[in-house]
Formats: sequence, C-alpha cells, structure tokens
Amino acid sequence: MKNLNDLEKKINSELATKINESKITHNQLYLKIDHEDLLDVVTFLKINKDTKFRQLIDITAVDYPEKQQRFKMIYLFLSHQHNQRIVLSFAINENEFVTSLTKIFPAANWMEREVFDMYGIKFKDHPDLRRILTDYQFEGFPLRKDFPLTGDKEVRYSETEKKVIYEPVKLEQNYRNFDYQSPWEGTKYIRKEVKKD
Amino acid sequence: MAKKSKTLNLNFGPQHPAAHGVLRLILELDGEVVEKADPHIGLLHRGTEKLIENKTYMQAVPYFDRLDYVAPMNQEHAFALAIEKILKIEVPIRAQYIRVIFCEIGRILSHILNITTQALDVGALTPSLWGFEERETLMTFYERASGSRLHANYFRAGGVHQDIPGLLEKDIAKFCDNFPKIIDDLETLLTDNRIFKQRNVDIGIVTKEDALDYSFSGVMLRGSGVPWDLRKSQPYECYDQLEFKIPIGKNGDCYDRYVCRIEEMRESVKIINQCLSRIPKGPIKAPDGKISPPPKKELKESMEALIHHFKLFTEGYRVDEDEIYTAVEAPKGEFGVYLISDGSNKPYKCKIRAPGFSHLQAMDYLIKGHMLADVPAVLGSLDIVFGEIDR
Repeated sequence: MKNLNDLEKKINSELATKINESKITHNQLYLKIDHEDLLDVVTFLKINKDTKFRQLIDITAVDYPEKQQRFKMIYLFLSHQHNQRIVLSFAINENEFVTSLTKIFPAANWMEREVFDMYGIKFKDHPDLRRILTDYQFEGFPLRKDFPLTGDKEVRYSETEKKVIYEPVKLEQNYRNFDYQSPWEGTKYIRKEVKKD
Repeated sequence: MAKKSKTLNLNFGPQHPAAHGVLRLILELDGEVVEKADPHIGLLHRGTEKLIENKTYMQAVPYFDRLDYVAPMNQEHAFALAIEKILKIEVPIRAQYIRVIFCEIGRILSHILNITTQALDVGALTPSLWGFEERETLMTFYERASGSRLHANYFRAGGVHQDIPGLLEKDIAKFCDNFPKIIDDLETLLTDNRIFKQRNVDIGIVTKEDALDYSFSGVMLRGSGVPWDLRKSQPYECYDQLEFKIPIGKNGDCYDRYVCRIEEMRESVKIINQCLSRIPKGPIKAPDGKISPPPKKELKESMEALIHHFKLFTEGYRVDEDEIYTAVEAPKGEFGVYLISDGSNKPYKCKIRAPGFSHLQAMDYLIKGHMLADVPAVLGSLDIVFGEIDR
C-alpha cells in the first residue's frame, strides 16, 4: 500500500458508507466523514494492516461563524509504516459534543484540551477536560473569529492593592484593522486569463 | 496495624532553573517517589495563532522565530514550505542550499543547548560553558546572513530574504572543520562520565509502542528505536541529494537520547559540508515579482519594481483557497503547520504543531515511579522549549 490512490480505494471500499468525500492533494489524503463515525473510522485506520496510521499528529478546529455548522474538526494522522498522511475532517454545530479519542490515542488528551480551550468545543468521555494554554480564570475562547485580537482583560500590578489585578482592556486608541486588500484587481475574466498564462 | 501512606504535593516551578522555562509541574510524591505529575503550561502563551490570522503572510514569518527560539529558522521553513506548496513556487537551488545550511546550523544550536543544559541539570557545569562558546559562533553566522542573532526572519516563500555575504561560506566551512573536535571534547566530559551515566541510563524509558501512541517525533522517537526522520522519509528541499545517516537509539532512555543528539550534530556537520561544496551561484528568491520583493537598486529606476514593492509591503500577496499540512524535521521533532488560506492576503487559520507539546504531555507517563531527582533529568532529555509549547 505504497500508493495514495490504492489507499483511497481501500478505505473507500472498506468504509464505503462512512466516507462522504475523499480527495488527494499535496500528497495527502483528505477524508470527510460524519461526526458519528469518528471512532469507527479512526479505529480502522489505526488497526488495519494496510493502513496502520499509528500516530495522531494533531487535532484542531476551524471556526466558520457564517456557516450553519459552525466548526470544522480536523484530525491529522501519520503512518510510519507506509509513509502516508491522512487529514480527516467533519463539521459540527456550536453546542455539539465530539467523541474523545483519548481511549485510542493517549496523545489526544492535551490536543483535545487545547481545542476546548481555544474554541470551546466539548469532548465526550474526556478524562480531564480543563483549559490548558490560557490563564487560570480565563473567560472566552480566543481562536473563535468573534474574539477580539486585543482580548478582554488586561493584567497589571496595582500599587494600592499590592497585588496583580485583572481589569477590562483599555485602549488609548481603538484597534485598527487596516484592510490593505486592493479592491481593484481588474475584472474577474482578466484575472482568470492571467492565471492561465 | 496497616501503615497509612500519605502523599505530598510539590509545586515545581513556574520559576525553576531546571524547568527550562516557565513550567509549573504539580508533583504528587510518596516519599521521594513521584506518583503523578501534572504539568501546567501556557504561562508563555502569546496567542501566536490568533496573531497570524490577523497578519499578512509576510508579516507572519517573525512569529515563527519566537516559537522554538533556539532554532528559529527551522520553523520559518515549515511556514515557507506551506505557502510555496499552495502557490506552487519553485525555490532557486542556491536558496535551497542556503536554507538547508541554516536549518542544520539551527539543529546544532538546539542540540548544543539541550545536551549541555541536560548535563547542567544533572550536575555538570563545564559542558554548558564550552557549548555556549560554539553557539555564539553559530549565532554570528545567523547575524551575518539575516541581521539578527536570534529572531532571524530570514526565510521567505520562494527563497530567502537576501544573499549571504561572500566570506560567510568560508567561515562556516572553517567552523565545520573545528566543530567535530569540540563534539569530541564534549563527549570526553559526558559520554563515559560515571555520574552522568548514573543519572541518565535507564531513566525515563519509552518503548517503541508508547512512543508512537504518545505522538513522539524526532529524537524522542528515534531514541526508542523507530527509524523515522522526515528529512529521509518525506524529503523536502534538497535533502534527498545529500548523504547523511539517521542515528537510532536502542533502549529509549535519557542516555540514548543524549547519544542520538551527539551523533545528529556530527551528521549535521556533514550535511553543511556537502552543501558548502555544492552550493552554486545564482538567484536566492523566486523571480515572480508578485511574491518576492524587487532588489533595492531597481526601486530607483523601474516603475514596475516600485509598484511591486509598494503592493507587497502594504497588501502582501494573496494565497489561493486551499488547505495543507506541511511538516519539517525540526531539532526537537516534527514541526508542522496546518495552513488554511481563503484567497485573501491573510491566513484564515494557521495551526502550529509543536513537537514539544506532545513530548511534555507524556511527562506523567515518563516520570511515574521515578525519584524526584530524576524529574530534571527526564525534563532535560525531552528537550522542551516553552516558546513552542505555549505558542
């Protein structure tokens, strides 16, 4: 199973009903599945002798606030034996729980904690779902698109109270997000022509 | 009457010289034996990923220097490769060699720091004094190429920022002649040192299976006997034309990982030597004016160069809608960038996969049943840098 095309065929035939979409780009196999099939698909990928995706490289999410299913979960796998990579993804709603992978891959523990910390996505059956990177009493989910870049709270040492205190961010000037993108790139058909050359 | 056992909670860090940065480790001790370790991280969290989402592609590069700040260029490399793959840019050969040279210099920088501080953690002071002298020389090379010792901001999509000055190649070659001797010296201090061995052999053993399950990469994986190096297995840049070996450990303990790092430095020297003998003259960035800024000289004469310059440094370049995961073999392991572009001049999402994150996660598994004094030894051999773990 050296070839990605063979791998794609194999996975599509074995997990026919569970794979919604598959494509190969950049020498990686991208799979789209349904949320409910996560455990089955991952177990298959890890154990089957033709796939042997023994390593979970990373878990992350993407926020699309305008979409009906707000978040897209992304799982990256690596097979050392066959030297292949798979990118697994599915969409979920804002308040949906995702099944935890900690039973299959112990490494998923912190990765899921990070996704929870950054996006507020909760995981079912996770042994220890605490925040991981942000401050101890932090509120909000920083990597959501509606979280301000400057944050909500700032920290300083208060001379009067003789301790470090938290207070709402005060900016001398509002954060200015300059849109440098040129609106004038020529009409669409010209851009297409340019690309062809 | 059964004896009641009582565990003691010990707070290790957040400021502790052996924690290699800001790590708060909550240890549950039974006498002197560690029963549980709960690392609290994030004390150096700067929101790199959020910041990158709000910057253009070129403005995002410096953030990568600040992740693993002992080997900055290796990380810029992953980001540059991701953009290049999406935009399908060919990197000129000279730029490829320059990048490989500096990536290997980064590897030596990182390994020197790790080996010597690991020795420092278990009681040997001299190696760090000797090692840091060499690090200083290497950082001068960084400075001569990019203008700064640490935060280089040197790699660009399509090549590197500027050509290396003429004498630099010679000086790097001179360094490569001398450096194996320095490694020998370091080895006489450590490799057969009785105390160093007592502190590291059979400490923090990782089996092959567990190394895979815990998503280990780099030396942590090779120390346990898994022959896996992205430079060999999924070669990027010109690594497939270079000859080098991948050192592999046998027992997966702290000592094996130390030996792996020593051998990797020797291989890096070989790689740099090969690059120096092959590096051709030529351009150092992709010729496309829409992506690489024009040379300063042209700005005074060419209208087109002026327009390109202005556009690149205000709007930046746009990257087509795509998503991609690219990984490089950073000194600490597999460093990856998962980039989602939406066709605009800023990344829609840029997830950074730091090797140290997975390594530190296994701290509880590694240290359980060991003595308290082994905590610094294990932490040292994990090779953690909080810049990349906390992001």
